[in-house]
Amino acid sequence: MNKFWCLLFLAVPVLGVAAFAWAPGAGYWLPRDISDHGWQIDHLFYFVLTLTGAVFVATELALFWFAWKYDGRTNMQPVRFTHGSHDVEVLWTLAPAATLVFIAIYQMNAWADVKMRQPDVPVLAEVTARQFEWRIRYPGADGRFDTLDDVHVVNDLHVPVDRDILITLKSQDVLHSFFLPNLRIKQDAVPGMKIPVWFRARDVGEFDLVCAELCGWGHYKMKGRLTVQSASAFQQWLAETAAAQEATQEPEVEESE
Amino acid sequence: MSSPAVPHTHAGAAAAAPAMPVAKFLATYVFSRDHKVIGLQFLFSTLLWFIVGGLLALAVRWQLAFPWQGMPIVGRLLFSAEGNQISPEFYTMLFTMHATVMIFFVIIPILAGAFGNFLIPLMIGADDMAFPTLNMLSYWVMWPAFVLMTISFFVPGGASAAGWTGYPPLSVAHGAAPASQAGQTLWVLALVFVGISSMMGSVNYMTTIIQMRAPGMTMFRLPMTIWGMFITAVLQAFALPVLTAALFMQLLDRTVRTGFFIPEGLVINNEGVAAGGGQPLLWQHLFWFYSHPAVYIMILPAMGMVSDIISCFARKPLFGYKPMVYSICGIAGLGFIVWGHHMFMSGMNPALGAMFMVSTIMIALPSAVKTFNWLATLWGGKIQFTTPMLFAMSFVSMFIIGGLSGIFMAATPIDIFIHDTYFIVAHIHYVLFGGTAFGVFGGIYFWFPKMFGRMMNEFWGKVHFLLSFIFFNGTFFTMHLLGAGGFPRRLADPYHYATFRHLLGMNQFITYCALGMGAVQIIFAINLFYSIFRGPRCGRNPWHANSLEWLAPSPPGHGNFDVQPVVYRGPYEYSSPETTEDYYPQWQPPPAGQGEASHAQAQQHA
Ligand SMILES: [Cu+2]
Ligand SMILES: [Cu+2]
Repeated sequence: MNKFWCLLFLAVPVLGVAAFAWAPGAGYWLPRDISDHGWQIDHLFYFVLTLTGAVFVATELALFWFAWKYDGRTNMQPVRFTHGSHDVEVLWTLAPAATLVFIAIYQMNAWADVKMRQPDVPVLAEVTARQFEWRIRYPGADGRFDTLDDVHVVNDLHVPVDRDILITLKSQDVLHSFFLPNLRIKQDAVPGMKIPVWFRARDVGEFDLVCAELCGWGHYKMKGRLTVQSASAFQQWLAETAAAQEATQEPEVEESE
Repeated sequence: MSSPAVPHTHAGAAAAAPAMPVAKFLATYVFSRDHKVIGLQFLFSTLLWFIVGGLLALAVRWQLAFPWQGMPIVGRLLFSAEGNQISPEFYTMLFTMHATVMIFFVIIPILAGAFGNFLIPLMIGADDMAFPTLNMLSYWVMWPAFVLMTISFFVPGGASAAGWTGYPPLSVAHGAAPASQAGQTLWVLALVFVGISSMMGSVNYMTTIIQMRAPGMTMFRLPMTIWGMFITAVLQAFALPVLTAALFMQLLDRTVRTGFFIPEGLVINNEGVAAGGGQPLLWQHLFWFYSHPAVYIMILPAMGMVSDIISCFARKPLFGYKPMVYSICGIAGLGFIVWGHHMFMSGMNPALGAMFMVSTIMIALPSAVKTFNWLATLWGGKIQFTTPMLFAMSFVSMFIIGGLSGIFMAATPIDIFIHDTYFIVAHIHYVLFGGTAFGVFGGIYFWFPKMFGRMMNEFWGKVHFLLSFIFFNGTFFTMHLLGAGGFPRRLADPYHYATFRHLLGMNQFITYCALGMGAVQIIFAINLFYSIFRGPRCGRNPWHANSLEWLAPSPPGHGNFDVQPVVYRGPYEYSSPETTEDYYPQWQPPPAGQGEASHAQAQQHA
């Protein structure tokens, strides 16, 4: 029976690795990445996965093997009476310490790219989260916000492909989080703060905009859509939306009050 | 539980002396100042709440596997008005209260309150805590918390639904959430009482461990359990005031609109909110300044218990005792400068985020050292696969997974993607269920003989272990894959998004495993209660362990020890060449002529 328990502990690394080997092929994996910076995040994910995976397998195998070999029923050797070893402690303190410091330094650049090195471009849109929708405002033809020709849309964010996109993220009421899974972008929207968010999309298409911070009972349905399109299609959409808004100016103003 | 039993057993005596029983019963079992009774009171209260928290989790699982479908049986009782189905408001309340109950009513009080109370005086060789009355109060102050939290389920709007983290403005602005009514205020008040209880315990534990150790029991002869409890008490003492202050600020924001956490110009439900000038992020800083150390409050005692169990059943000294102690201290110290890792996406300055990233990654180091030392303790031993040992080994196995997955979210760029996804849910449950809860199960099986003078059933203990272990991994390992898919937490219906629709099947699998895991706890409950009354009686030291609690009678009477114990050595002298037995208790004097030094040391401390 003791060996059965050992095998149970062996099953942990075996099935753990098997699950991670099976999942990508079965469609349970990182969603498609269409951003310019996303590869850095995915690369770090794989890097940490490999590293932690190796430590996971090694330590779990050690647990299994020690349990198997030093099973009190079958191990006839006397117990190794030791309280520890200074050298070994130093080794397994310094080796992980070095690895951890390396991990810490290795990822700094990706973090700076996504959150600190803001591109020098005008703000494309202002996204204001509120319970339970995303209010989006483009500056319109004059390129300036807070003018009469600002273009308003709800839950429907359009951006041109292959451009540096800069967005200002705000919240009107509670916390929300602006999550674009396919662009590896996440940023909380905080009332009282204007937070810049930037990215660059490589592929055209329609993608989910998810609210990832609990914002109330309707949190689950705070769904937006991101449309990445060619520059010309984007301009055309913007012009059409502005024209449609012009035609229905009255109700639009009422609605936003 | 004991109230119906007592008049029964005392039936004969009661007839002879009718005046005595009620007052004496109250003093002995209810308002007892004996640390062992208080420990058991904590144990049974928290186990009851464990059931509540577990059922809340199963309801969450039901919705994620079968969204908007009528719940069988329970649904008809609870929400027949909504067609037996969970409403989004109710779902939000479910996960909020699951986490609140599990963290504040189960894990923290079961470790410090139940095991801390029961074990500290016994393991250091004291007759009781330093402040027995304060100790009694620390239990009874939990009751206002229990009552307030229970009431909150029944007030209009229901219990708190702002997440266990209670982030403002959602938790503060009344218009923002239906449950931001009395439910949230009661939540705040209940947590204040939990905090007072923890603080009373913390002061008592620190004083007791420093002042009341038996002669010869130096700090470096303390079992790891006591070190875990000691450092936990220190963490509580330094971190709790911050949480309490934050809770009072939230209370004032809610009741008299002080606006500590409310910025200017908030518009909720098309209505302006008057207060202003505050900052939502302030709450997050204060909350996590407590709640990150709380993660260690919720695991260090379990780490200590597991160290003791592993050394005992490997029949071998704990490998690297001092490095183990130092790494607990290291975790506690670093634990105070990593809280910002919960706020990488919060809008906090990204440069500050980078600083917190470095400290957070470094906190993995002491955890790694502990893991290596546990493994090295097994190496070269003679392992006995008892139920407590199986739970302790599974603690190590599961803590490896929970510790390693933490590195993903410590790495800020990866956290951008996995923050607020099921990857985090998997991580926290590997640490707190696979880690702490398994450690607690191990602790119950291990110290049960001391608590009740009887043994638990080994066979059913192992069945309980096996099934819990399988269902636990089926439930939570899979969640890593959900997280890799970006599957967000706290959504009542994630399948609303095309990105997550394909994850429904996996969620159903998880729910079946979770239901199985809940069901097999019945085995544990039956074993526990059956063994209290019918388990085979045991002697003082059924496991042949070394630490002082095994010197006391099982169960120990008032005052614990027959005579004042004297300590001659550390608690891990298993298979020592100095003796023919494979254990060498701390209280056993060395044979005449040998060990003069340690004997002299013992005298000196006396
Ligand atoms: Cu939301
Ligand atoms: Cu933390």
